[in-house]
Amino acid sequence: MRISELAASLGLEIAQSGYADREVSEGYSSDLLSDVMANARADGVLVTVQAHKNAVAVASLVGLAAIVVCNSRPLPDDMVEAARAEGIAVFRSPESAFEISGRLWALLHRP
Amino acid sequence: MPPLPISPETGPQVVLELIYRLKVRDAMSSPVITASPGDSMREVQYRMRDNGITGVPIVEGDRLIGLVSMGLVIEALDAGRIGQLAGELMTRAVISLEDDMPLAFATTYFNRYKYGRFPVLDRDGRLVGIVSASDIIRVLLVAMNKEVERLEERLSVADPASNHDVDGFVRLAFQVTRFDFENAGKASAEFKKALKALGVEADIVRRAAVASYELELNQVIHSDGGSISCVAGAGRIELRAEDRGPGIDDVEAAMTEGFSTANEWIRSLGFGAGMGLPNAKRVSDDFAIDSGPGRGTSARVVIDY
Repeated sequence: MRISELAASLGLEIAQSGYADREVSEGYSSDLLSDVMANARADGVLVTVQAHKNAVAVASLVGLAAIVVCNSRPLPDDMVEAARAEGIAVFRSPESAFEISGRLWALLHRP
Repeated sequence: MPPLPISPETGPQVVLELIYRLKVRDAMSSPVITASPGDSMREVQYRMRDNGITGVPIVEGDRLIGLVSMGLVIEALDAGRIGQLAGELMTRAVISLEDDMPLAFATTYFNRYKYGRFPVLDRDGRLVGIVSASDIIRVLLVAMNKEVERLEERLSVADPASNHDVDGFVRLAFQVTRFDFENAGKASAEFKKALKALGVEADIVRRAAVASYELELNQVIHSDGGSISCVAGAGRIELRAEDRGPGIDDVEAAMTEGFSTANEWIRSLGFGAGMGLPNAKRVSDDFAIDSGPGRGTSARVVIDY
């Protein structure tokens, strides 16, 4: 599924739209950046509450395609700018990581 | 208020070191002039006038529950609500700093949130001070004056940041500054780019990126500053991280997953989960670390490709 379709299906608020609309097939939910580093797969979506630049740095190093920030956490400008520079999509949702992860899983894995 | 013209990323090294070495507690005013939620806005206004301040934290005991700014007092005057209680009209969503945070965080907060002041809490959440932009400027001026004096006394020799691509090898080195979360990951991003350009397979590049990121973050979180380097070519990537201390008390414990000495605010950023060194070791073909209390830590990672 493409990033844009996924964002539309989950009703996500688009915070950083400067990204290549590529296919994603994986997701990873975590707030520990070392855990993301170790276990998230490339081309996936990160579901997290960590709304700061370092989350973008980790996403970029691992090759993630998008970040979904949960619980309507405020997004600092420097995070959005860093994501734009790296071409990583950033979305925001009022829902919790549990809700988003569940719906994301269903979208990506249910036939 | 115009933004504080100081960048936690691109300033001169001396200034960067200052804003990461100095803590919020070095700049804050303490004790704090406060009011309780049962005080009227009029009383808060008088407290501002008598003390020449523009913001008053509202507390219950030593717990911060809100803040009344000069702006709120003016609004209350305007709306004929100056007799109302501070607890009713105060701002409840107060953004605060921690006394242990580096000053760089404070300058970033001022520029990000445009407030005139931030209450300062200690690690137990007690209100211990308040910091305004002018407090920050004053402390920085004093420190910068000292620093300029020191620099005038001796000519400093800057070490070359990096050199690159000699005989088809990648050779890169970066300085890492304590608590510089703004730049954390930059060295790893550059290594990743260079390894990609060298034609190293994506999976190997990722392993190198994981190892270098963890070593880099370890220096940012725990060390007094250091450097990280990457040499790659002829089928081998070698990462070296050297810092100036304070050293690891128990290296074996530090290599155990889940063991961490990071403090609360570092954990709140998603770091300090005790996975760093084990992660770095896991992705390495060869991993060595040497450290001890009172001396620097050096780590070496080898990944063959």
